[in-house]
Amino acid sequence: MTALQNQSAYQVNERGYYGQFGGAYIPEMLYPNVEELRDNYLKIIAQSNFQEEFQGLLRDYVGRPTPLYLAQRLSEKYNTTIYLKREDLCHTGAHKINNTIGQILLAKRLGKQKIVAETGAGQHGVATATVCALMGMECIVYMGEIDIQRQAPNVARMKMLGAEVRPANSGSKTLKDATNEAMRHWINNPTDTHYIIGSVVGPHPYPDMVARFQSVISEEIKKQLLEKTGSELPDYVIACVGGGSNAAGAFYHFLDDESVKLVAAEAGGHGITSGLSAATTFLGKIGVLHGSKSILMQTEDGQVVEPHSISAGLDYPGIGPMHAHLHDSHRALFYAITDDESIASAMELSKLEGIIPALESAHALAVLPYLKATPNETVVINLSGRGDKDLATYMKYL
Amino acid sequence: MNRIVSLFQHHPSHNLNVYFTAGFPKLEDTRRILKSLQDAGADLVEIGMPYSDPVADGETIQISNQQALENGMSVKKLFDQLRNMRDEIKLPVLLMGYINPVLQFGVENFCQQCAEVGVDGLILPDMPVDEYLETYKPIFDQYGILNIFLITPQTSDKRIRQIDENSAGFIYMVSSASVTGSQTGVTHDMEAYFARVNAMNLRNPRLIGFGIKDHETFVTACQHAAGAIIGSAFIRVVQQNENLEEAITTYVSSVKQGL
Repeated sequence: MTALQNQSAYQVNERGYYGQFGGAYIPEMLYPNVEELRDNYLKIIAQSNFQEEFQGLLRDYVGRPTPLYLAQRLSEKYNTTIYLKREDLCHTGAHKINNTIGQILLAKRLGKQKIVAETGAGQHGVATATVCALMGMECIVYMGEIDIQRQAPNVARMKMLGAEVRPANSGSKTLKDATNEAMRHWINNPTDTHYIIGSVVGPHPYPDMVARFQSVISEEIKKQLLEKTGSELPDYVIACVGGGSNAAGAFYHFLDDESVKLVAAEAGGHGITSGLSAATTFLGKIGVLHGSKSILMQTEDGQVVEPHSISAGLDYPGIGPMHAHLHDSHRALFYAITDDESIASAMELSKLEGIIPALESAHALAVLPYLKATPNETVVINLSGRGDKDLATYMKYL
Repeated sequence: MNRIVSLFQHHPSHNLNVYFTAGFPKLEDTRRILKSLQDAGADLVEIGMPYSDPVADGETIQISNQQALENGMSVKKLFDQLRNMRDEIKLPVLLMGYINPVLQFGVENFCQQCAEVGVDGLILPDMPVDEYLETYKPIFDQYGILNIFLITPQTSDKRIRQIDENSAGFIYMVSSASVTGSQTGVTHDMEAYFARVNAMNLRNPRLIGFGIKDHETFVTACQHAAGAIIGSAFIRVVQQNENLEEAITTYVSSVKQGL
């Protein structure tokens, strides 16, 4: 975790690119902030007092390592061997907190006093508000006005944790616009504020930094699989992808193990030809959004289009540059999972295993019928979050 | 010679650069506003290419971008509107926007169209300096299009030097750490920053932008640079007035009164 001299073709290079994707496409107003981060993040992450504090909090506060659970009834159903990586058991209910803990420790070491963040469904907002409460730092979270209405319980959680939730009223009033507003806030407050981005998106070094903080997921999977099966390598790792932070974490330590098939589940919405979809790799083309060059859903004129997904966490018109590269290089296989398929998978997991998954994670589960894995193959699914926040949606299908 | 370079050679101070959004308030207002600005006494103009996600812009310009897109504005439409503008427009004309629509149009195709219609320079705030130098500069140079860079109070001297060495025309000096449309006016902190930059003896003249809105702020800015840029305040003028020509004449005269 020390140097940026990654030999891997799938890791970021010293210019901040994964293949042709990445970079730092930011207005000059953000340049000093991003440069400060770029010049310091690897050094700080490598410091022993950082690692001690980070690992200590992951263990005692987040509850890591999270279990790797052999889902026997689900395995029987699909006639293969399925393990669930239980990120849903993290404090605050999803993997998001791995990143917010890492970033707030980094922000403190950079001398920042305030935190700004964006959120869609509110999971990253809650994870950010949580660590700000823990560290006694001021927290402002931008959230699309429409999402504020749709996700009232998470808004209440953030407020209870002491964060200020500011509505993003511009554009479509959802995650994309909340991100724009958080970036504008950072432009207006360049010296005392750190921006905690919630996914592997944004200008370099954010995608790499967030992936490193989430990489604890695949680090643990390797150790746990070795204990359970005698081999640290599964045949498949499956994760859902919106921006792609849980997938980045689940794939990270397997990127160079080419025998491990990496599978990404995007939000197909009503279907990729329906006009109501968020399947970026199927519908997007190369472009620049939120500071990096990646694959982007856009009009012919280069205007960003509004995605649709039943899952607010996957409702994003872009994808992290690392994933764009994994797609481009065929290192990962992408599926577009419809709203209906994700609901069916959520119901199935609940009944077969007694685990109610987040709608996002249900997209990863919904790849199983397509996978055709054999009984002696090992499949790891990253169960990125729990479904409590989605009950209002699930209730419509009961 | 490029019209921007020529302007600063012949007219080194008190240059008023006005920004407006193409296709706003109405789709076909672009040329009308451009001509009115020339007639009213602007020294150069920046035509904004609307974008769905203008992160460097405050609310006023965001709303104008959104309205222009709803009106049907696009890069292609803008070039159609600007065709033959050089029959009547003598001012230097810049296009300002975000990089994604330019990438989708194709950088070479874009520069070629700029040259054809008589655009002199581009301001693309989210185009990284390094990417420009490595990839796009030869294309800009081939078509004689100047790329205008921004500097801010947080930009290091080293980076200002790098930008100065690779610039022509002028440098866009952002007055404060903010998005467009800030209401701070010109503060003591800003004056220290302007003085620091002036003491560097840069090759290129500077125009000060962000927070310039009226005669007073314009005159103050002109004490520290070759002129200033007005954006959000002008958008409000065209937004609020039915008679565009009259409103633009009144506004520009008030800003430049006695100059």
